[in-house]
Amino acid sequence: MWTAVLVAGVGCYLLKLTGLSLPERVLSHATVERVADLIPVALLAALVAVQVGSSGTALTLDARALGLGFALVGLLLRLPFLVVVVGAAVVAALGRLV
Amino acid sequence: MTEAALTPSERSAIIRDSLAVGVATGAYGIGFGAVSVASGLSVAQTCVLSLVMFTGASQFALAGVVAAGGAPLSGAATALLLGTRNTLYGLRMGPLLRWRGWRRAAAAHVLIDESTAMSVTRQTTEAVRLGFVTTGVSVFVLWNLATAAGALAGGAVGDPRAYGLDAAVGAAFLALLWPRLKDHRNILVAGLAAALALSLVPVAAPGVPVLAAGGVALVVGVLAKGPDPTEIPGPDDVAGGHH
Repeated sequence: MWTAVLVAGVGCYLLKLTGLSLPERVLSHATVERVADLIPVALLAALVAVQVGSSGTALTLDARALGLGFALVGLLLRLPFLVVVVGAAVVAALGRLV
Repeated sequence: MTEAALTPSERSAIIRDSLAVGVATGAYGIGFGAVSVASGLSVAQTCVLSLVMFTGASQFALAGVVAAGGAPLSGAATALLLGTRNTLYGLRMGPLLRWRGWRRAAAAHVLIDESTAMSVTRQTTEAVRLGFVTTGVSVFVLWNLATAAGALAGGAVGDPRAYGLDAAVGAAFLALLWPRLKDHRNILVAGLAAALALSLVPVAAPGVPVLAAGGVALVVGVLAKGPDPTEIPGPDDVAGGHH
């Protein structure tokens, strides 16, 4: 685990430094920019799905989905980040009580 | 860029806005600390992630993959892929900040969503630097303090599922994704990536579905044509940013 923590940590710093150090024209390659823009979208969407809809190698539907539903409503209502995240936790916890 | 000096009121307005974002963003380091410990990382590993990696989405991703039973190194790979976003920010911020040597190396550490959002739209180099440094440093300090507090508290409260912390992670990812769901191409990519990841869950090792979903970005990015909607976050896209 320490290896992963340190490799990813130092790697993320180097990714930042690389961006600040490269000439801006690298971005002018349209395909590079499109892919770079889309990677976070794809990864975050996949993380949401896997985090909420699976346990290990099984697909699951449980109180986490209730929490995500709250988060969706909260984001539509433009609630602050912390309210969305904490609210989702509270809703899921309440869902497990009933 | 014009280079007129900032007036004292312009300076204090930039500092005030940046600190507000720093406080709002830093505070949810509590959530990361608690989630990370609940995912199986130690308090020390959790704190090192916030100190060294210092980019929230990647940190949550590493913890999330590990929590789902994935190998630590697939968590690291996911974190690194998400970290490429900061490279993109750096390409935009480099010519605006115009720093060399140790200043550039130090600035790179606080190159994140929020510091970019709070400086990329400023009009002068001085204003860009002030917004960038004030936001970056305040987020860094508060994020690390909050991480430590959350990690220590999280370790003390027992089963994190009883408090819905596992649901909080999904909500955090959705909130991070939200500002990017403004155009059809991104919504399509998000939908495809989520569907692909879920379909791979039963057949692939934990951690692999998320990495594979990154391939959707590659395929759509290479095949797509037409102008690119910019993804650099603006001040309205970050916690506490209302100006």
